[in-house]
Amino acid sequence: MAEESHIKIVPAGKLGYSFRRHLRERFIETFLFMSAVLSVAIMLAIIMMLVKESFIFFQHVSIWDFLTDTQWTPLFDDAHYGILPLVSGTVVSSLIALLVALPLGTIIAIYLSEFAPFTVREVAKPFLELLGGVPTVVYGYFALLFVTPLLQAIFPELPGFNLLSAGLVMGIMIIPYVSSMTEDAMRAVPMNLREGSYAMGATRFQTAIRVVMPAAFSGIAAAYILGISRAVGETMVVAIAAGMQPNLTWNPMEPAATITAYIVQVSLGDLPHGSIGYQTIFAAGLTLLLITLVFNIIGHVLRKRYREIY
Amino acid sequence: MKSVNNLEEIRRIISLHKRWDLLFMIAGIFALMIAVLTFMALFAHMLIDGMPRLSWDFFTSFPSRRPESAGIFSAWVGTTLVMLVTAVAAVPLGIGSGVYLEEYAPRNLLTEIIEINVTNLAGVPSIIYGLLALGLFVYQLGFGQSILAAGLALALLILPVVIVATREAIRSIPVTIREGAYALGATKWQTVSDHLLPYSSAGILTGIIIGLARAIGETAPIITIGALTFIAFLPPSPIKNEFPYVSIEWLTAPFTVMPIQMFNWVSRPEEAFQLNAAAAGLVLVVMTLAMNGLAIYLRYRMRKNIKW
Repeated sequence: MAEESHIKIVPAGKLGYSFRRHLRERFIETFLFMSAVLSVAIMLAIIMMLVKESFIFFQHVSIWDFLTDTQWTPLFDDAHYGILPLVSGTVVSSLIALLVALPLGTIIAIYLSEFAPFTVREVAKPFLELLGGVPTVVYGYFALLFVTPLLQAIFPELPGFNLLSAGLVMGIMIIPYVSSMTEDAMRAVPMNLREGSYAMGATRFQTAIRVVMPAAFSGIAAAYILGISRAVGETMVVAIAAGMQPNLTWNPMEPAATITAYIVQVSLGDLPHGSIGYQTIFAAGLTLLLITLVFNIIGHVLRKRYREIY
Repeated sequence: MKSVNNLEEIRRIISLHKRWDLLFMIAGIFALMIAVLTFMALFAHMLIDGMPRLSWDFFTSFPSRRPESAGIFSAWVGTTLVMLVTAVAAVPLGIGSGVYLEEYAPRNLLTEIIEINVTNLAGVPSIIYGLLALGLFVYQLGFGQSILAAGLALALLILPVVIVATREAIRSIPVTIREGAYALGATKWQTVSDHLLPYSSAGILTGIIIGLARAIGETAPIITIGALTFIAFLPPSPIKNEFPYVSIEWLTAPFTVMPIQMFNWVSRPEEAFQLNAAAAGLVLVVMTLAMNGLAIYLRYRMRKNIKW
């Protein structure tokens, strides 16, 4: 009974409803709610801002011209507003990047998830993460001053600015995103699926390709979609290494501007607020957002349709 | 079905398949090597070009027309101040939003919209945030091409990183901790502030560091805002000699940051400026590597020490 004396007798009033405490709880909850809703507000603000300025732009330029004209020269006297040259630059550089990043990222992911010994994985994963943390402007420098001269040794006619070198470096840059997400998806596949496969006499490679990868398909698709979004939205590497001249071409050996590089080029100059040149970057930005949005939706659908639940 | 008696045949098939295993192992190591070697080449190239330029003067000189006397003084001061604004804006909002989604949010349509939206925000190209900041902060709210506008733009950019890190850190705390706190009569906020936030602080800190490391290297949104590339002066000092000792004048000052300075030097044709770019890049890479390394170390420590 000695312990009983330690218990403090609290006056009943203190345990009851406290207005101040209640007020503080409500106040904090409101602040937390507001900060969560802010992310939705940001998205709405992005869309509204791009649509608002693009709307003014499309009062000067018809959407048909915007989509079909083959020249993009908004800052010249003879102004043309065809987005195609910028889209072609974006598509070519992104395709090269994805041709590098998706196969290499997938192979690295399969290797790390299914083959590599524990120590290799423990060292390689943080290293890849560091690789993903290198600023893009540094990769741009590397593309312009290291990769391009290297490629020029192989293709002597390659110009100093070209989509090939920018795309290749962009691909290397995206590898960590693809590999880490793909690996996470593959490791989330339960062990008993692998054990079942091994018990049937399958090798590691057969198990990885025929059992683990199909089971992890939705996650792998999400990783690929993220890689595509990164490639399409990447700015500094192409702005530095691919030149900023809009050029309707599908040839990776030529210089060309991407949508993002054009926005950079205009922003570096001194365009007055409200001019048509100012509005073009919002129209270009809207195009970019729509492209990434389409891929995000595809990713969402793929994830929903092929999700395997264990 | 073929007869299984043919042991030789089975052995042959297995050894054939095992050869594929080996081939793929080699392919995997090869792919990993490409990533590793690229990074080595990148680092070595910058080290060789940039190292001779790195000196005390490089850190304390303003950019200049003469490459050999140009430095990154205004750039690193600008980066520090912009990061300050970014951290002050993104950390409370990110943590608040993460706590709300994990602990407070009711299961309804709005919560689902917020969750999907956070994922989508993480996929929006960074230059789009620059356009938002240009239209909203620079012109509509009248912040001008200032440190405040740049810091807020980067804060929006890293918000999803902080939110996701906060949510994951809080989610990993077992529900028994919450039940214990509630059983003792703690309110929701007391549970969050006395238990959940302290226990998840290492995870949240990791997320903040990774976010800031990303913000330090971001160039595109800041160019879009219209940051000047040639700044040969410092923003007004935040600390004053006379009362009230602190000043917020620097928030509205024009500025430049490290990646912009580097971009400016890379895009010049003279080789001497490109050496400066290499030196600035080296400083930038070491900074981001150190921050990311710290985050990885923190996570490693955390995983080792905390066993619920």
